[in-house]
Amino acid sequence: MKFWKTLWDGIVPSNPIFMLALSLCPALAVTNNVKNGLGMGIAVLVVITASEAMISALRKVISGKIRLPAFMIIIAAFVTVIELLIHAYFPEIYKSLGIYLPLIVVFTLILARSEVFASKNPVYLSFADGFGMGVGFLLGMVLLSGIREIIGFGTFLDYPVLPHTYKPALILILSPGGFFVTGILMGVFNWMKKRGAHK
Amino acid sequence: MNTFMDLLIIFIGAAIVNNFVLTRFLGLCTFFGVSRKLEPSIGFGLAVIFVLGCSSALCWVLYEYVMKPYNLMFLKNIIFILIIAAFVQLVEAVVRKMNPALFKYLGVYLILMASNCAVLAPPLINIDKDYNFFQSVVQAVGSGAGFALALILMSCIRERLEFSEVPESMRGMPISFIVAGLLALAFMGFTAMIKL
Repeated sequence: MKFWKTLWDGIVPSNPIFMLALSLCPALAVTNNVKNGLGMGIAVLVVITASEAMISALRKVISGKIRLPAFMIIIAAFVTVIELLIHAYFPEIYKSLGIYLPLIVVFTLILARSEVFASKNPVYLSFADGFGMGVGFLLGMVLLSGIREIIGFGTFLDYPVLPHTYKPALILILSPGGFFVTGILMGVFNWMKKRGAHK
Repeated sequence: MNTFMDLLIIFIGAAIVNNFVLTRFLGLCTFFGVSRKLEPSIGFGLAVIFVLGCSSALCWVLYEYVMKPYNLMFLKNIIFILIIAAFVQLVEAVVRKMNPALFKYLGVYLILMASNCAVLAPPLINIDKDYNFFQSVVQAVGSGAGFALALILMSCIRERLEFSEVPESMRGMPISFIVAGLLALAFMGFTAMIKL
């Protein structure tokens, strides 16, 4: 029961991008098309699940004083694994994600969940938390990149979805568009939350 | 290769054209966290410039003279993050001993910096672009200056924003994002200035 609740919690009630506002840098930087957003989301999903489970398994061994560097090394190790895997099997995505892939190391989201959740809870719950947060992040990325790609290019995963007469609004692909879409989506999430609370 | 002009172009490119926050989206968490008030923004901006310059010099030396000869390039994420964390701790200790007043001013922000993607990015960019030592340091300091510039601009706007009427669900983070978007729009005007 608690397993599912923990899992669900990360996906909607405390969605990492829109509700917690953590790990925004990549969320904005690589979401100019859905393929990149998806690639980044999956990479983060794997890293956060694996490192939360690992940290929770080692939580009795790591002494309190050095826990932050220890967490960082564990996270960095998983990020390196993912980076090498993507480089080997999806060189195209590796190229377009560029510098943002190694930067998963300093994701506030992963470090914060490790500190707040994984270092205090058993392995299966930490796994659920990591997986839920990862899926929440992935969904947020797909939502953001979907909106930006559809309005900015008129395509979704490279398939044209809007009629030819539509003139793409390039601004959404460029950097200001990332800020605008995120801001508006955050507002929408807030609004929905408030409306839910009134009922 | 290493003329003054070259370095100047790298500096302006990193600080304004490819502004760290507004074009590259780096260090957003701290950008939105710190930019509530003007004074801490200035302090944090200066701290970022200093830490960025020193840590990327350190990373460059280590990468070139230790990791390359022993073929340890794949460990760069782990090694860089450790160097930066250690360096931030060192700076914190030194500032605390040498200048307690400054420490009081910067204390928390110095520690925050260790987990800031703005600090890890410049060393990685330097490797990506194959910069030499001077170019690396200039690039890092320029990035830091760009970060500070955006931070200070943003905090001035947000101080004014406190007094304006914003729709209830847009208050706080969402409206800050919209403002940052407008700033980014303004910075796009610099894009054509330098071809990188």
